[in-house]
Order: sequence, then C-alpha cells, then structure tokens
Amino acid sequence: MNNYKSIQQTCWIVTFFAFFLLGIGGASLVQAAENKEPVTIEGPTTIEQAFENLTTGDRSDKKAAIHFLMQHRDVSLLPKLEEIRLDVDRRTRRLLTPLIKLLSNQINLASPNSDVRRGAARDIGLRGSQDALPLLEEALAKESAKWVRYEMEEAISLIRLEAEDQSIRVAAIQKLGELRSANALPVLTEILQATNNEPDQQAISNAATEAIDHIESWQTFAHAVETTLRGISLSSVLLIMAMGLAIVFGLMGVINMAHGEMMMVGGYATFVIQELFRAYMPESMFDYYYAIAIPGSFLAAGLIGYILEVTLIRFLYGRPLETLLLTWGVGLIMIQSARITFGDLTSVQAPALLRGSAQVAVGIQLPYNRIFVVILAIVAVIGIYWILFRTPAGLRVRAVMQNREMSSCLGIPTRKLDSLTFAFGSGMAGLAGSALTLIGNVEPEMGRQYIVDSFMVVVTGGVGKLAGTISAAFGLGMLNKYLEPFAGAVYGKVFILLLIILFLQYRPAGLFAMKGRYADS
Amino acid sequence: MANETLKGQTMGTGMLKHLGLGPGFFICGLFLLVVFPILNTLLPETSIFHISDFTINLFGKYLAYAILAIGIDLIWGYTGVLSLGQGVFFALGAYSMGMYLMLGIGTEGVYESALPDFMVWNQVKELPLFWRPYHSFAFTVIAVFLVPMIFATAFGFLAFRSRIRGVYFAIITQALVFSAWLVFNRNETNLGGTNGLTDFKQIFGFRLGDPSTQLALYMLTVVFLGIAYLLCRAIIQSRVGRVLIAIRDGEQRVLFSGYNPPNYKLFVFVVAAGLAGLAGALYVPQVGIITPSQIGVLPSIEMAIWVAVGGRGTLAGAVVGAVGVNWFRSQLTGSVPDLWPFFMGGLFVLVVMFFPDGLIGILKQMKAKVSAWRQSKSSTIEPSEAQIR
Repeated sequence: MNNYKSIQQTCWIVTFFAFFLLGIGGASLVQAAENKEPVTIEGPTTIEQAFENLTTGDRSDKKAAIHFLMQHRDVSLLPKLEEIRLDVDRRTRRLLTPLIKLLSNQINLASPNSDVRRGAARDIGLRGSQDALPLLEEALAKESAKWVRYEMEEAISLIRLEAEDQSIRVAAIQKLGELRSANALPVLTEILQATNNEPDQQAISNAATEAIDHIESWQTFAHAVETTLRGISLSSVLLIMAMGLAIVFGLMGVINMAHGEMMMVGGYATFVIQELFRAYMPESMFDYYYAIAIPGSFLAAGLIGYILEVTLIRFLYGRPLETLLLTWGVGLIMIQSARITFGDLTSVQAPALLRGSAQVAVGIQLPYNRIFVVILAIVAVIGIYWILFRTPAGLRVRAVMQNREMSSCLGIPTRKLDSLTFAFGSGMAGLAGSALTLIGNVEPEMGRQYIVDSFMVVVTGGVGKLAGTISAAFGLGMLNKYLEPFAGAVYGKVFILLLIILFLQYRPAGLFAMKGRYADS
Repeated sequence: MANETLKGQTMGTGMLKHLGLGPGFFICGLFLLVVFPILNTLLPETSIFHISDFTINLFGKYLAYAILAIGIDLIWGYTGVLSLGQGVFFALGAYSMGMYLMLGIGTEGVYESALPDFMVWNQVKELPLFWRPYHSFAFTVIAVFLVPMIFATAFGFLAFRSRIRGVYFAIITQALVFSAWLVFNRNETNLGGTNGLTDFKQIFGFRLGDPSTQLALYMLTVVFLGIAYLLCRAIIQSRVGRVLIAIRDGEQRVLFSGYNPPNYKLFVFVVAAGLAGLAGALYVPQVGIITPSQIGVLPSIEMAIWVAVGGRGTLAGAVVGAVGVNWFRSQLTGSVPDLWPFFMGGLFVLVVMFFPDGLIGILKQMKAKVSAWRQSKSSTIEPSEAQIR
C-alpha cells in the first residue's frame, strides 16, 4: 500500500513539474512574441559559430543563434544543446527550451511508435511555434496512420492561427472546426472575443463562431456516446452478477448474500494466478495468465459455492429469510479472511492486449478492458442460454424451476441439481470478479459495492426469466450512468430506488413474471 | 386497530395479569432501575460490586438498542416480515435528537459560532430551514417519533400495497438503508457528512459529561424500554396480535379469511419505526456521536441478528439478544478487534443453523428437560405439560 501511495505521489510531483515546465515554456513564448524584432543580418552562418554565440555572445546574439538553429533543424545537435543548457544561466535556458523541445519532437515525429508520433504532434501544436510548421508538413506528407495524421493536421492549423495573413487564419479556423478539435476550443474562444467587435476581422470572427458551434455540438455527442459506453460496461458487470443470483433464486428460492463475496473470490483468484505466473513462468508468458484466470476464477468461486451449498444452505430449504442471514454471515467471514490473507489493496495488471483503448472518432475512446467486459457478458448470456435451453442439464433445471415435486417424482436428482446450480451461479460471480479486476482494484469489499445493485436488478427483472434479468440489468445500469451527470452518483441511486418502488406498484412481480396459477410463490 | 391496543391498556391494574407478565419482568426492572444505580452511586469504587459510570453508560447504549430490537421482533418475529432497513428509522430518531443537541452547544463550539462547527467548516452561512424547529425540545421529542413513523408510513404503504414480501421486502429495505446511508454521508444535506453529529455539551440544561446526567439518561432508557415492552406485549396479546401471528404463518389464508394483511403489516412496521426512532434518540446523548457508519447496511442487518440470537417471537429474547451481542462485542473488540467479524459471521451461521429459537429457545429446552427429568424421578403417572408439548 505504501508503495502504491509513493507511486501516486511521484505521479503528482511529475505532473506538477510538467505543468511547471509547460508554464515556463509558455512564458518564454509570450516573451519571444513581445520581443519580436527583425532578425539581424549579422547572425551566425555556420553551426559552429552559432554555438559559440550561444555560449559567449550577448542576448541578441543568442537569439539569432537560436533562430538559426531552429531553421537548420539538425537533430544530431540535441545532446550538445542539452549540455549547453545545463551550463548557461536561467534566461538563456528559457530561450533554449523551445529549440530543444522542437528538436526532440522532431525525433519523436520519426519514431516507429504511432503513439509517440501522436504525442509529439500534439506537443508541437500546443506550443504553437511558427518554426515547427515546415517540420510538421514534411512529417504529414510521410504519415499514413489515421490518428497521427489527425493530430498533425490539428497542430498545423493551431500554429497557422497565429499567422499574419487573414485568409490563412480563416482557413485554419475552418479546418479546426472540421477536425472538431477539442484542443482548439479555448484558443478559438479567445480569438472570437478578440475579433468580435472589430469590423475588419469579421471573416475571422464568423469562422470562429461557426467552428466553435461545430466543435461543441460534436463534444456533446461524443460525451453522450462515452456515457453510453460506460453505462453498457457497468450493465455488463451487473448482468453477469445478477444472472448468477437470478438462477439460484429462481431455482432454489435462495437469496445468496455472499454472492458479492464470490465475486471477490474471482478477483483474488485472478490475482493469485497472476502472481503465480509472475513467480514461476518466463516473462514472455506473463500475458497469458489472464487466459487461465478466467476459467480459474470461475472454478474457484464455483468450488466455494459448492462447498457452501453442501455444508450449509441445503439444510435451510424453504426458509429464504434464514438463508439470507446465513449467507450474509458467511460473506462477513469471507471478507475478513481475505483481508487478513491479502491485506487491503492488491491490484491486477491487465494483460497488454487489454490495455489502452481504440479511438473510434474524434474525442471518443473505447478502452479495451471495458469492451472485453461487454464481450464477456455477451458470451456469458449466450452460454447460459445454451446450457439452459440446449442441454439435458438445462432441461432438468427448468423442470425443477417449474415444479420441484413433479420433477423429483420423474427421477430428476433435484438435490444434486441444486448443488451444481448454486456452484454455477457462484462461478458466474467469480467470472464477474475476474472481469472487474481489469477495471478496478481487488479488495475484500469489492463485492459489496455491487451486491445491492444486483439485487435490485433481480427484483426489477422478476424471477425465473432471464430476459427480465437482462433488460433490468441494462435498464438500471444505463439509467445509473445517465443520471450521474445531472443528479450525482448518490442522488441518482436514491432516485433509481424510488423508481423501482414505484415500478413495483404496477408490476409487483417484476418485468417478466413467471406465469402460473400459484397464489403463493 | 388503534382501538384494540388502547383496550389492552385501559384495562387498569388487571392488565398486568392480562399481559401475562411473569415475575421476570419485575425482577429485571428492579435490577436495572434500582439495584444498578444503587451499586453505581452508593458503593465505594473499591468494592467489587461497584458498577462504574462507564458500565452504566454502556448498558444505557445496549438498552437503547434493546428498544429497537423489540420493534424488530414485533415485525419479524411475530409478523414474519424481515426488515433490513431499521437503521434508517434509528438514524431519523438519532439525527433528530442529535440536531437538538447540536443546537444546544450554542457558541461553545470550536469556532464559537451559533452554527454547528461542521457548518462553519463547510461555509454554510445560516442555519438551514429544517434545522430551525430543533431549537425547541418539545418539537424534538415529537419529531423523534413522528419523523421515522411518517417515513415508514410512506415507504411501507407503497411496499406492502404492491405485495412486496419475504426476501423481496428484505432486499428493498436494504436498498433503502443503503440509499439513506449515501445521503447521510453527503455534506450538502447539512447533517455533518461522514463525521456525523458530535461534541454535544448539554441536554435540557444538564451537562452531558456529568455522571449524574448519564445515570439519569440510563434510567430514562430503562423506563422507556419497560414502556416499549408493555406496549408490544399489549399489541401481541390483542386481536391484532393474533392476526399478525397468523400473517406470519400463512398470509394467504389470512387474506382469504377476510383480513387485509397489508394494513396490519403497515401498522407494525410503523410501530417498529417509532421504537427505532426512540432508540436512536436515547442512543445519541449517551454515546455522544451519531455518524452514518452506525446506521449503514451492515449495522442494520446486525440488528436483525440480535433478535435472532435472543430468540425470535419472544419479546424478552429481543432484549436479551440486543444486550448480549453488544456486550460481547464490547468485550471482544477491546481485546481482539480482528476477530470480531469472524465472530459476528459465525453468529449468523450458528444461530440460523443450530439455534433457530435463540437463547430463549435454548433456555426453554433446558427447562423442559429438567422438568421431564423431575417427572421421571418422581415417576408420577400424569404427564407434565412439557411432555405434552
């Protein structure tokens, strides 16, 4: 835990420092803009001379030297410049910074890694130095990756905003609008304010207004899409959890309050398998641990569920309230055991394949881990449907759900079926836990956060029909995420509870009630 | 319905017999109300029979919990409706009293402002509207009962009307307590956020730090516990009580016999909420703090376990369970705090699996065995009552 904290601290310090540097860079840019003066003709003509001027010359000499080097753009000079930077005084260092940044960005622009190229292009755009323009244009001509090109075009337009020529500026503004560039929004707003009341710059202000409109409406759309995605991934976790609960409840009338803890078991199983791989397998195999962890977490939670059913729950048949309390107690014991064994905070490193995100459109990122969770939920739903409706075991489960006595008379081993179903339901929770490790930390109480919501899903969906569970999981999950921006997470939850209670006024048995002629269920 | 209970109470002195009070009630009352305070005040501190102020204070807390437990027993043990949301009603009572006590601090707080400290800290400039009536003690006393009861009426009406029952009701009430916990945790509700309400100085002009004030509060709790016990007893002995038990044993049959179970359930639910509010109000001045963590999902479900440990369906069991479990918790968390969750979890399992009738049930079994043994010893031909059972 200490380790984690110190990493966090370091991150903060680094971020702070980065901003500090950025600030210095910005300040120096402003200064450079203020001190704009015609370049002196007696500037350096060779690189050697420029270097000499840098170390020995006066301030205007240095400026000229830097200007020369900027035009020259020789990457191999970078180490030498860094050396000089260490020796000179602060003011010179400030002058040097843009040059060094430019050169290092130039190196990065040629990097084989597209993320590095993107980062460099973005950095250049934000710095807005006119000298970088030819550099970017050259790189753009060679570039083939879509999002790097986007970033470069954005950067070029951002730099052109500072141009003298009005038509170039208007074109740049229009281009930024087309690009739906979020980075340009503050700059454009500034431009609009500056040019709004000046008749001779009407074209610029018009273009800016249009571009801002364009960007903002896109941002609203992108935001809605991202909220939807978050809602879907939350719904998926809820769904995997609630399906296990619903099956167990539908079949046995047992409310398993330890269901959340089964999820925790899945999370810790993933963690343990990861640690085992780290300790005993070659480094190159590490990423495959997750392929083992998925079935592993299912089996671990399933096994514990099986033991729980065989030793305790089967004796409490037909007494759902007692089972509720019992399983809650079991959950308490499991949480405390996990806390004592593993400590409070353990994190799972997602395999490389699931890190990062896919960019679908400007400002819309799809994190791979969330996509994976959604896929896992879909697979789980299909799997459950297949088992329930296409296998003999599923046929028996459905038969027992409908009429236990009759099924028993027909020779279905109901007790055995109960144990296996309970184990299966617990295994589903374990699967959810394993999926959650990709999104959050593994901690003893991780199940408790989802258990109340999962129960709400079961209650709203109605018992006995999976369609109810699925629609309720998505309904509640999406509602939760859509309400968050307006009402906040807390009042959103309260509002949902209120909605559920009101909803149950109309449909007391949930969305999809099991049809039957029972007065008492 | 109300008439029924009133009838039970207006029967005068013969009522005690009617309520079926055994000598145990009076012996316990004598001990709690007379012997304990005497042992606390009159004996020197060196005596082994001396009861410290601390212990008195602790028992005051346990007995406040016992009032709440009686309410749970009424609704769960007798009516068969398990509510996992009693923490909400406890909170409403407790925060009502807490707000009165907060305002009683006056300018004695850290910031010497007329506003409670946490409001100064949260930069609230003036007292929120809903705090203002709590300057009045009379209003507070009424609110302690009325706020939880009104809330319970609204919630219970909706829940019972749509025939949410059994585990569904348990789950919905758990969601209720979860939501309430989230709301109480927020700062902008002006209820002190996660830190809750604390640092009380005085109640009704008496300093809360004084042992004598605490002793008086303790005795007040005992008296209220006695009243709550008698009230519930009266309800159970009345016709309403019979319907409640019938609902527990077969709700459909009660419905088909022409009664309307939701109304009866709503009635006990509201009574239980009122008792929980009262318990909260007595709890706060004795413990000196109320925070959301004392009323969350976990504490609420533990409250049900107290009743199960003592023995469902017996009012004495609820009291025994609440006092017993909490006493044990104080003992255990003092010495081995890490083990408490194991113990609590084990208690859930044990009680449900092996002692469904709780401590009172064990006691009854032992009694039956002893009398059976006596019977066989004296070898009379007549079978004892216990054997018939």
